[in-house]
Amino acid sequence: MSDRATFRVWRGDSSGGQFRDYATKISEGMVVLDAIHQIQSESASDLAVRWNCKAGKCGSCSAEINGMPKLMCMTRLNSLDLSQPVTVEPMRAFPLLRDLVTNVSSNFRAKLKLKKFTPRAADSPDGTWRMQQTDVDRIQEFRKCIECFLCQDVCHVLRDHHKHEEFVGPRFFVYAAALEMHPLDTEDRTAQLKEAGGIGYCNITKCCTTVCPENITITDNAIIPLKERVVDRFYDPLHALVRLVRGKRNDPAGT
Amino acid sequence: MESFKQFDHDVLVIGAGGAGLRAAIGAAEAGASVGLICKSLLGKAHTVMAEGGMAAAMGNVDDRDNWQVHFADTMRGGQYLNNWRMAELHAKEAPDRVRELEAWGAVFDRTEDGRILQRNFGGHRYPRLAHVGDRTGLEMIRTLQDHLVYIQNIQVYMESTVIRLLKAGDRVNGVVAYDRERGEFSVFTANAVVLATGGIGRAFSITSNSWEYTGDGHSLAYNAGAALQDMEFVQFHPTGMVWPPSVKGVLVTEGVRGEGGVLRNKDGRRFMFDDIPENYRAQTADNEEEGWRYVQGDKNARRPPELLTRDHVARCIMREVREGRGSPHGGVFLDISWIKTRLKDGEAHIKKKLPSMYHQFKQLADIDITKEPMEIGPTTHYVMGGIRVDGDTQMSTVPGLFAAGECAAGLHGANRLGGNSLSDLVVFGKRAGEAAAAYATKQSRASAPQDAPAQVMSEALSPFARGKEAGAESSFQVQQDLQTMMQSLVGIVRREDEMKKALDGLEELKRRAAKVAVPGGREFNPGWHTALDLGNLLAVSEAVTRSALERKESRGGHFRDDYPEKDPVFSKFNILLRRGDNGEMVVSRENIPEMRGDLKQIVEEQK
Ligand SMILES: Cc1cc2nc3c(=O)[nH]c(=O)nc-3n(C[C@H](O)[C@H](O)[C@H](O)COP(=O)(O)OP(=O)(O)OC[C@H]3O[C@@H](n4cnc5c(N)ncnc54)[C@H](O)[C@@H]3O)c2cc1C
Ligand code: SF4
Ligand code: SF4
Ligand code: FES
Repeated sequence: MSDRATFRVWRGDSSGGQFRDYATKISEGMVVLDAIHQIQSESASDLAVRWNCKAGKCGSCSAEINGMPKLMCMTRLNSLDLSQPVTVEPMRAFPLLRDLVTNVSSNFRAKLKLKKFTPRAADSPDGTWRMQQTDVDRIQEFRKCIECFLCQDVCHVLRDHHKHEEFVGPRFFVYAAALEMHPLDTEDRTAQLKEAGGIGYCNITKCCTTVCPENITITDNAIIPLKERVVDRFYDPLHALVRLVRGKRNDPAGT
Repeated sequence: MESFKQFDHDVLVIGAGGAGLRAAIGAAEAGASVGLICKSLLGKAHTVMAEGGMAAAMGNVDDRDNWQVHFADTMRGGQYLNNWRMAELHAKEAPDRVRELEAWGAVFDRTEDGRILQRNFGGHRYPRLAHVGDRTGLEMIRTLQDHLVYIQNIQVYMESTVIRLLKAGDRVNGVVAYDRERGEFSVFTANAVVLATGGIGRAFSITSNSWEYTGDGHSLAYNAGAALQDMEFVQFHPTGMVWPPSVKGVLVTEGVRGEGGVLRNKDGRRFMFDDIPENYRAQTADNEEEGWRYVQGDKNARRPPELLTRDHVARCIMREVREGRGSPHGGVFLDISWIKTRLKDGEAHIKKKLPSMYHQFKQLADIDITKEPMEIGPTTHYVMGGIRVDGDTQMSTVPGLFAAGECAAGLHGANRLGGNSLSDLVVFGKRAGEAAAAYATKQSRASAPQDAPAQVMSEALSPFARGKEAGAESSFQVQQDLQTMMQSLVGIVRREDEMKKALDGLEELKRRAAKVAVPGGREFNPGWHTALDLGNLLAVSEAVTRSALERKESRGGHFRDDYPEKDPVFSKFNILLRRGDNGEMVVSRENIPEMRGDLKQIVEEQK
């Protein structure tokens, strides 16, 4: 292995851009974000990139590395073929601001299309609730989400069909699932998921699940159960009637 | 003249970590219109990285716990330099703030009977940290963020950096900021400003902190005339990664030790048993068996020495390394895999309680922590010092300027206990937000400042103008040299001669910083952002160095090779820094007010 590698980095802004090659020295344990920082300090101090934690915890450093949506800080160079230039480009599903930085503001708007968490009255006089670990395990999976938006980046509804305003995208199905399956929550977001959320656009390709750095089983655990709720509600009159009579939940929440 | 946008609010909150988010919510609920400004995207602030948990004496796991014990633990950990009023409020109010997070949707790990689970951490007498695996900070920031975004009277300005506080007479009445995306300036007016900007870790080369931690709030407040306090107390966390080089400094949560992880040197010895400080001897296990029983929840066992305070553990590690008993890459071993010999489902337990540590070592270091020990060493982690504030309102020494979270001083004294930061953020974030709103509504409307912005903007743009000058350096180079110097001269072990050298070095770095040039345009240009951060880093580095020179003893996070003992004379006061009339940094000693009688009694009883 040579001790230098070439990184083919996208440089440009909303008006256009091109790849530019940067060669830099590599050392043991390096990740792509280290290489980008090194390039910044050696030869391109204006190379735009977002990062914070450098430990896969904040979800800032999302990019496409050799065409794969990934966190730059968690992509080791020894997992890449360094005999070829490594391409590093911004997430393509979002409008480019500059270099590796994209405008992800549609994601912040998407969240507001879903009603906020609203708990039931407290279980005990001191204002606290009781929940069993087994009842929160499944939403703790969803709450691992670091909002890196890599799942949004890879979803064809956003990436190819640009439905940013009609379809909230996988990240927000995960958000909705965490709320809908929260043992304390009393809201019902089924209609919102169908209308403003556009859940019908999702055709369960599972690409989102494949790229999630937190290994959240987005499609099977979040999207499919939500789709079932929508179907139950809107396309199955008997279920709809039963629900009306029994209230939103038929699963006992906590104990 | 350079143009700028204008915004007006009752209260401005600078920073969107736990403290800033909670302050904004507090101010908005009190009826104020709030502007929330932060350097990164919402939800990415440092708080997201917090791992182990949030300390609150709820007594869910051990009902002997209560606010008095938490108060006494915090004071003992801080070596009694703490603002005792803050330590009292913090211990009393933290449980309510944890429960409030649950009411806003946070999902903490549970006890058998369905309540919030609490875990052990260094310096806490009983299991006290509410947590979610080892991603508690993510849970906190997301809960606060998801609560805040639905509140109407809060406007969020993301990826904007505040570069100056504006004043009318003595009062703060606004800020100047630039947005990172376009590099355009804005002037925000407000009757009250809450700083919640976090820490200063980027002044050192080995750190667990992100690019944001350049001490902006400290420096903004100092330049606006506010006093800084306790800046000599920087926390070096005992367990940072040491290998491979690219992850040096990345944090390994204390939760590893809370779950039974042990420290060993290259000879396999649990060296923490070799040096247990006098004031902790009664509470610390003297054999391995008792330590293990403690982490398994045996109420009659005392805690293992791995869970002594961070300052002490870090120094013991340094000693092992210095005396040749370290690991191959200059650290020591931290082993959690051994618990498999005690627990049937040990491997699954480690993955469940420490998932992101498992992930982090697997992905970044090719180490499976359920099978092998980790190599770790101290890393710059937290600053106990900061903006001096009033214990009840969080107002600084400048009217209208408030501070909360890591950028404020007082709660932690000479050393912070793990888990006491996350609770600090929400307890004092709430207080600061509410006090700022109350203050703001009492004042007459701040008028828009006229001249100051022009000068601030032209100074901020000067690195572009210098673009082609000979001898102009890159901002990254100057920053790196500063970090290397601070690490080696004002790091974990300090000496007068080295710190004096550091002061000279800082003068030289100031000269170089004034000549930094940046190529490229104003849109999202990291070279420029770094150039503007340099002034802040230089100010906080000088503050740390001058305070550290003044404190001629060793206490908490501050260790002097030339004064290795604690000196009772230095237990009576805090060290303050103010900007003098000619721009020089003025050091002074401020006596600590005598502790209230009832609190003194608690300290005595808990000894
Ligand atoms: C890896 C790690 C693990 C930790 N684990 C724990 C733990 O388990 N328990 C615990 O109690 N503590 C822990 N801590 C400490 C704790 O996380 C921090 O002290 C705390 O999160 C700081 O919160 P804050 O709200 O003060 O600031 P931050 O969360 O750092 O937020 C600072 C905010 O200020 C903004 N800002 C800064 N400067 C400017 C400027 N000039 N203009 C505009 N905005 C600005 C930033 O953008 C950011 O939004 C840990 C720290 C680290 C690094
Ligand atoms: S499964 Fe649905 S949400 Fe996920 S990528 Fe495919 S279409 Fe998009
Ligand atoms: S669900 Fe996974 S991929 Fe999507 S934003 Fe969250 S962490 Fe990222
Ligand atoms: S920098 Fe935080 S996830 Fe990469």
